[in-house]
Parts: sequence; C-alpha cells; structure tokens
Amino acid sequence: MSVQREARPDEANTPTVEAEKAPLLSVNSIEVIYDHVILVLKGVSLTVGEGGIVALLGGNGAGKTTTLKAISNLLKAERGEVTKGTIVFDGEQVQDLTPNDLVRRGVIQVMEGRHCFEHLSVEENLLTGAFTRSDGAAEIRADLERVYAYFPRLKDRRDAQAGYTSGGEQQMTAIGRALMSRPRMMLLDEPSMGLAPQLVEEIFDIVRQLNDKEGVSILLAEQNTNMALKFANFGYILENGRVVLDGEASALRDNDDVKEFYLGIGGGERRSFREFKSYRRRKRWLS
Amino acid sequence: MQVLFDFLIGPFFQIFEAPIFFVEVVIGGMAAGIMYALVAIGFAVIFKASGIVNFAQGAMVLFAGLTLVGFLQMGAPLWLALIATVVVMVALAYAVERVVLGPLVNQPLIVLFMATIGLSFVIEGFGELAWGSDVHRLDVGLPRGSFFVGDIMIDRFHLVAAGSAGALVVAIVLFMQYTKFGRALRAVADDHQAALSVGIPLRMIWVITWSIAGVIALVAGVMWGTQAGIQFSLVLIAFKALPVLILGGFNSITGAIVAGLIIGVGETVFEVYWGQMMGGATENWFAYVVAMIFLFFRPQGLFGERIIERV
Ligand SMILES: Nc1ncnc2c1ncn2[C@@H]1O[C@H](COP(=O)(O)OP(=O)(O)O)[C@@H](O)[C@H]1O
Ligand SMILES: [Mg+2]
Repeated sequence: MSVQREARPDEANTPTVEAEKAPLLSVNSIEVIYDHVILVLKGVSLTVGEGGIVALLGGNGAGKTTTLKAISNLLKAERGEVTKGTIVFDGEQVQDLTPNDLVRRGVIQVMEGRHCFEHLSVEENLLTGAFTRSDGAAEIRADLERVYAYFPRLKDRRDAQAGYTSGGEQQMTAIGRALMSRPRMMLLDEPSMGLAPQLVEEIFDIVRQLNDKEGVSILLAEQNTNMALKFANFGYILENGRVVLDGEASALRDNDDVKEFYLGIGGGERRSFREFKSYRRRKRWLS
Repeated sequence: MQVLFDFLIGPFFQIFEAPIFFVEVVIGGMAAGIMYALVAIGFAVIFKASGIVNFAQGAMVLFAGLTLVGFLQMGAPLWLALIATVVVMVALAYAVERVVLGPLVNQPLIVLFMATIGLSFVIEGFGELAWGSDVHRLDVGLPRGSFFVGDIMIDRFHLVAAGSAGALVVAIVLFMQYTKFGRALRAVADDHQAALSVGIPLRMIWVITWSIAGVIALVAGVMWGTQAGIQFSLVLIAFKALPVLILGGFNSITGAIVAGLIIGVGETVFEVYWGQMMGGATENWFAYVVAMIFLFFRPQGLFGERIIERV
C-alpha cells in the first residue's frame, strides 16, 4: 500500500534488463554534521541510475542542499562533514575526494542561487566550467557552441557581464557552465527559485534534453514539487534530514499525503507529513 | 593676510617663474609614485583574489631583494640569480599556503590579516637570519646618469623603473584576461564557492596568487634596492602603499598605478613648494591625509570594482 513499496529506486531508474547493474550514484545512510555539533542529515539514502532524473523534494531547511553538497563535496568549505555512511559514484567511494576530483569524474553541482561569476562575461563564465579539462581548446570551443545551441539566449548575451544579466539568463549560464565540464551527473539545486513559471518550464525542458541527448543523469533538489514531479522519473521526500517517502514520480503525484502537504491539493488538519506517517518511518529505519 | 598669500598664491608664482624646475619636480614625483605603485600592485593582486590585506607585502619586497643580493654575492650571474629568486618566491608562496592560509581557511578575514602581520615578522626575521642585517648594495647594471630633453633633466633610472612597472602591469593584465588560470583567478575573486563547484582548486589558486605577488615584490625590490640599497626600512614602504590602495581602490591594478602616481607627484610637489611653510618632511603624512579625505567621498577608491547590486 505504501508508496515506497511500489518500486525500489534502482528498479525505477534503470531498465529492467539491467536491474542487476549498480546505480551510477548511491548515497548510503549518510549523516552530516556542521561545525562539529549541528546534526543536519540523519541517515539519508538515495540512488540515481545511469540516465535517470531523480527529484529530491522537501521544504526549506529539510536538508536538500546539504545532501547535494555532501555528494559534490562542497560541504567542507562550509565546515560540514559526512560523519557516517558512504557515497558511491560509478563503483567508487567518493566522500573523501575534493570537488576538483569529483568534477573530473563527472559529478558537478549547479548551486542554489546560481552563483555566476558576476564580473566575468557570460562566455567567460561558461569557459570556467571547462577548467578541469585538458582535451584542448578546439574541443572546448566546440562544446561552447553546443551550450549556445541549447541556450540560444546566452549566445546573444555572451559578452555581457554576468552580474547584469537577468535571473533566467544567470540560471542558464550556471547550467551551461556545468555542462562545459562534460558531466555524467548534474546536481541541480533549486533551479526554479525566483523565476517565472514560464521560464522554469523552458529551463526544465532544456535540462530534459540534456538528459536525453547528452546522457547526463540528473539529481534535482526542488521545493517546487509540482514541477519537479512532472519532470523527474523518481522522487525522494526529505523532512528534517530524513527521507520520509520515496517512489516513482507518478506514484508520488498521486499520493494523498504528497498532494496535501507538497502540492497544496485537498485539505486536512495535519500540519506535517511526519505526524501521520511516523509509524511507517519507524518501520523503514528499523528495518 | 600675508600668511594666506604665502600659502595660497605664492607657490603658484614660483611654479610660473620656473616652469622647467616644476616639470622636473613632477617627474621626480612620478618616479616615486611608480615605486609606491609597484608595492601597491602586489597588495591589490592578493586582495582581489582573496580579500586578504597582505601586511607582509613589504617584507616580501625586502626578502626578494635580499635573496637576489644573496645569490649575486654567491657569484651567480644575474639571469641565474633572478630565476633562482623567482623560484624562491614561488616556494615562499607555497609555504605560506601550506602553513598559514590552508589551516586558516574559512576563518574570518581579520584572522587572516593578523596572520599576515605575523608572517611579515617571520619573513623579515628569516631574511635577516639567512642574509644578515647589513644594508646591501644592489647593482644589477641598470642604467644610471641622466640626459636632457630640451631643458628638462631626465634620470635614466626613472625611465627604466617606469618601463619595468609598465611591462609588469601589461604582463599581469594579459595573464588575467587571456589565460585559463587568470580567468580562474578572477572567478575565485568573484565567488569562492562557485569556483570550487566547477572544480577550481582554491589552494592552487592561492599559490599562484602569492607567487605573482612574490614576482611583483622582486621587481619592486630591484627598483628600491637600486635606488636606496636593500635594507630593513624597505618593510616600511608597505605603509606608503596603503594610502595608495585607498585612493586607487584595493582590488584595482590600474587604480594602484594611477593612485601611486597621484600620491607620488602630490607629495613631492607639496613638499617642494609648501613643505617649508609646514615645517618640512610633509611627505611623511601627505599621502595619509589625501587618503583620509578621499575615504569620505569615495570609499571604494578611484577604480574600485563596482559592487553589482542586482541579483
Ligand atoms: N553551513 C551551515 N552551518 C550550520 N547549519 C547549516 C549550514 N547549512 C545549512 N545548515 C542547516 O542545515 C539544515 C538544512 O539546510 P539545507 O540543506 O540548506 O536545506 P534545504 O536546502 O532543504 O533548504 C537547516 O536547518 C540549516 O539551518
Ligand atoms: Mg537549499
């Protein structure tokens, strides 16, 4: 009856013929502590299969950004630390690598709030994404043109200082910049934040194409549950540093609790998903 | 009345009476200004990349000068001594990153500033230990003497100093604008987090930044050393670079040059024409007063990077 019984993540993300194959990314019960004392993630597990689009949902402060940064290893720069559990990418434990190592292996994060290099031009921003590459200027040039093909707007704005471009253009620049590293997996942190719905749609469409044509696997953290579940094929819901629910995107969309708490459909007195589902969670974590 | 006349009008009469002398005073001021600028650029490079005010830049000038003199005294030919000194400065940058910046990463900037004060004493002490505390004469064969253009006397050394400073700045700008590492440096200057996220290793960037500052210190050391000998008072010129930076904007290399010239010319002209009335030695404080006045009107400096407000 419960959603997480309907499909295991690895089944959902990989074709059935390859059901035996290990997922591209697996996060195994990680615990994250900031400043040596603030426990933020309390045993988060998730997997993303090769070519999958997985959504990581949850309200503000649930731990989405922390999870992504644990994977891309940007935590250390914020005095955060993975104290328990493992993170495996393509069969290799990666939690002790540097962000540079991870980008070289194909894992790149597009940070929340875009974080463009304001005083660099849009094109220079894109080129910084190729920092870890050593395959020569011609290849990098060619990839730049590919990015412009996905984001024609950026081509028009290539010489503009990134700090003076619009929010949508900055988000595109940030995604394009990540693409320049030739990633196998992109960790997208709230790309829809602060953008008009139409623009969000446009950007998600392009990301879907990247997934389709470039084979980039996507882990997407979003508060915009509705949009994210339309776009992803699997989803996890985080609350307070724990996964409280997971399942195929279509199942999550139809789930009554998700409808009520995250999609704003239907009514009820319960204020938190946890209040009602605690019995199920207990079952999960004890097993 | 007479006092006001002496102060406000008199000096301009003197300027008009002897314009050639005035031009020479200005040129002398420019020469001094370039020297300040050479130190200020070293500050600006590090500040731009990391937000750190490197108090040890003056000590690095001394250290670079001492090292060069040391290698020359060991009998190395000039070109070898220069290369060896550059190697030493890069090694110093690496050591600074390992010992000071690395362990203090994520600390507030004020802590890093304090660390560079400590570093200044360490470098100074180490230089003294390694090369002794005498005043060393430095002669790398830069042209001496002077020649006349019309009636104006020009010091050959000043031309060389200006040329070297110019070449140095052009080299830095080309590196920053057109190379992968220069671009990465600017990216880091804009947003450390984002730079990390695209795989730019910050530690490597710090080493490069401090190496550049080290090479700038070497050029400054050669110029100052040729003029005044390598001595420990060189550390104090770092203080003169501070008002230059305030005037020019802490993160601007162009600003450091222009402000260096303004302050050099300003204080020299002021000393020559007004110094007597003010009790002399005005160049000791002139720059600081200008910087202070300037802070009221334009705290980001003449060429300081505009802060982009839009998000
Ligand atoms: N650098 C940090 N130091 C201490 N606590 C942090 C830090 N970053 C995030 N947190 C805390 O961790 C929790 C999860 O934050 P975050 O991962 O940013 O959530 P989300 O991205 O889902 O909004 C929040 O309670 C937040 O206050
Ligand atoms: Mg977040």
